[in-house]
Amino acid sequence: MELFTAIFTGTIVAATPLIFAALGELVVEKSGVLNLGIEGMMLMGAALAFWAVTAGYSMPVAILAGALAGAAASLLFGVLALTFLTNQYAAGLALAIFGSGVSAFIGRGFGSDPIEALHGVNIAILSGLPVLGPLLFRFDPLVYLALAMFVAISWFLYRTKAGLILRTVGESPQTSHAIGYPVIRIRYMAVLFGGLMAGLAGAYLSVAYTPLWVENMTAGKGWIALALVVFATWRPLRVLLGAWLFGGMTILQLQGQALGLQVPSELLSALPYLATIVVLVLISRNRQMLALHFPASLAKPFRPAG
Amino acid sequence: MHPRLELRNISKRYPGVVANDDVSLSIQPGEIHAVLGENGAGKSTLMKIIYGAAHADSGEIYCDGNLILAHNPAMSRALGIEMVYQHFALFESVSVVENIALSASSAFNLPSLAEKIRELSLRYGMPIDPHRQVHDLSVGERQRVEIVRCLLQAPKLLILDEPTSVLTPQAVVKLFDTLRQLAAEGCSIVYISHKLDEVQELCDTATVLRNGKVTGTARPKETTSLELARMMVGSKLPEMHVSPAAPSEKPVLEVRDLSAKARDHFGVDLKDVSFNVHGGEIVGLAGVSGNGQAELIALLSGERRHGQGDAIKINGTPAASLRPDERRKLGLAFVPEERLGRGAVPSHTLWENAVLTAHRFGTVRKGLVDRRRAAAFASGIIDRFKVKANGPAATAQSLSGGNLQKYIVGREIALAPKLLLVSQPTWGVDVGASAFIRQTIVDLSRAGTAVFVVSEELDELFEICDRLLVICQGRVSPPLLRTSTDREEIGLLMTGRTMGKDQTGSSSVALQD
Ligand SMILES: Nc1ncnc2c1ncn2[C@@H]1O[C@H](COP(=O)(O)OP(=O)(O)OP(=O)(O)O)[C@@H](O)[C@H]1O
Ligand SMILES: [Mg+2]
Repeated sequence: MELFTAIFTGTIVAATPLIFAALGELVVEKSGVLNLGIEGMMLMGAALAFWAVTAGYSMPVAILAGALAGAAASLLFGVLALTFLTNQYAAGLALAIFGSGVSAFIGRGFGSDPIEALHGVNIAILSGLPVLGPLLFRFDPLVYLALAMFVAISWFLYRTKAGLILRTVGESPQTSHAIGYPVIRIRYMAVLFGGLMAGLAGAYLSVAYTPLWVENMTAGKGWIALALVVFATWRPLRVLLGAWLFGGMTILQLQGQALGLQVPSELLSALPYLATIVVLVLISRNRQMLALHFPASLAKPFRPAG
Repeated sequence: MHPRLELRNISKRYPGVVANDDVSLSIQPGEIHAVLGENGAGKSTLMKIIYGAAHADSGEIYCDGNLILAHNPAMSRALGIEMVYQHFALFESVSVVENIALSASSAFNLPSLAEKIRELSLRYGMPIDPHRQVHDLSVGERQRVEIVRCLLQAPKLLILDEPTSVLTPQAVVKLFDTLRQLAAEGCSIVYISHKLDEVQELCDTATVLRNGKVTGTARPKETTSLELARMMVGSKLPEMHVSPAAPSEKPVLEVRDLSAKARDHFGVDLKDVSFNVHGGEIVGLAGVSGNGQAELIALLSGERRHGQGDAIKINGTPAASLRPDERRKLGLAFVPEERLGRGAVPSHTLWENAVLTAHRFGTVRKGLVDRRRAAAFASGIIDRFKVKANGPAATAQSLSGGNLQKYIVGREIALAPKLLLVSQPTWGVDVGASAFIRQTIVDLSRAGTAVFVVSEELDELFEICDRLLVICQGRVSPPLLRTSTDREEIGLLMTGRTMGKDQTGSSSVALQD
């Protein structure tokens, strides 16, 4: 039972940064913009949040700082891709590299000491429940925030007019423009939101998941988030499941390494990446569903005509 | 009283063309005003400027006496201006009701909006199911959605850019009733159409454009259509010559007991469709849109394949399970009903669009595109079909609606196919160019090509076809010779009734023993 609890809670925690980053990117891509720079924005968020903690700010402030750092980085991308109509692939890659460089620069003075991690919640009766308490009610608050974001984003995209506007901008900015929606402004908001979420994901890594600073500590999670969105065929629920799958594999391979399996540890470390992608590729083969959820104008620059 | 809309000296140029040149006009409340002109005369551009989707280089727009500055479509809608675009402004990936909600001012309540749409569309004789996805709709159905979307807003000024190009005759009658009623309540209407009889029936006044300039005004009800046409085209209309057909001995297209389930539950199942088209003749398919035409066309063109290969034979070769390109190798050419999207890639140039289907015509050699040949091929089409475009390097989306249609039809005809499949050949094409396209199709068939035309315009079918088929609820009637049938008989078959034998039941009950 204890092992199960450990694996289960480990999975949920490991999936949390991916949920933030991938859901943010999902919103960006639904608006027809492809921001490949998640890795860079996450690193900026991680660095800023870590700095804020070491500078003595409170946890909430530090997390907010991380989120805002991600948003600021995404603004850079937005100006390039949306205002100057730079190629979105190029602008996104540039952001990824830029973010990793800048975060390394900021982090030079951090040293290698860990900080005190974000605490788990303690909810009156629930956290004290026998089996369920440790299983469900002792996570840190950001884990619950990630789930709340999933619910909120699903509701926003498919139940609100603003979400409908966002999705249709992603299908055809020309038509949106023709019926009078400010396409560029809408896309800016989506990009900023994506940055905010990536920043949160980064902050989670450096102040909760592994509360210490290591250069390039995201270790490709930004790229996995990107792949998750595509292979989840742009659907929030699949993004969530994919993130859990990745989290689960991460924890299992750690357990495997701890048990001393006779497999090279590099191979084990690659397992979560491999397994997540294989599973997602398999479930995303349905072409019709793909066509239905794919934002048709993805990565195409748009300039209002007239 | 101020006019509802007044345009003063509007000018707009695009690279290589002056789309509007010093255009002025004014429309009173309750007036139905036609804007007429050849393809590329600048009608749609002018409407987009009024609606704020494009901006004039110079000139002023007044609405109820107030100058409108730098507006956009959202502001226009707030002012009570609504527009039906020639190339529909609908999102394919969402449902009808969601599309309409996007431009409705009411609160975001889909169930109640859907109810309103259902009710209103029935009342206007344009029934639509609000929960269907737009990508499943035929162009005729999409046009209904566009119109209903505007009517729902109770506009003060309604702009209709070729709203009836793919509506059924019955729906047009209902639409006109509705428009007259709206006008009687004070709504002003700007109406664009190439169908002059409609303009004469509906419109009080008309402004004629040619090459972007106003060349005259008219009162359509007091002017003959010949005079109107002359004002538009500026020269005499070409005359049609249809010589008798000399059908080949063997059929080029054979369809035998073709049955197919609809792709989704909104489509129509095809039931035992059989017919032949011989070389040298034109066979037309009449019918109200949504009775299986889309399914039949998809199966014939290869967009959808069929398990039973010999249900469709092209020149004797079983073709029903072949891919579109394999069918093209057998001599098939195809003009789809959707111009942008399926017929052409909007953002690509005309010569690139030519390469798409003409790659066996020397435009592609050893897998590489021969740009010079492709450009020459495209220029050839532009010249022959008098397409108004800024050369072969113009993008497809920069062409006016009718000119793009001329280009696509021209591209397929230029392939000198053995079998030509064409859907709505003169959709949105002006009177002069329609006559030219029809004549070209007739000439092509007389040179030995088998032609299969799908059209909702009975006049067009009667003008060029040698034999007519009627499709109704997925069943195709036996062929009728054009010379021995009439509009009435076809009309009855279209509604599923045969002469002398009323199958609808209720009205014939009294006659039964
Ligand atoms: N976005 C654009 N870019 C370049 N040229 C354009 C653009 N839109 C329109 N044009 C050109 O402006 C001219 C007028 O086009 P417009 O669409 O107004 O014609 P129209 O009168 O509506 O014709 P039709 O009857 O065929 O619809 C055409 O020569 C067209 O090629
Ligand atoms: Mg037009």
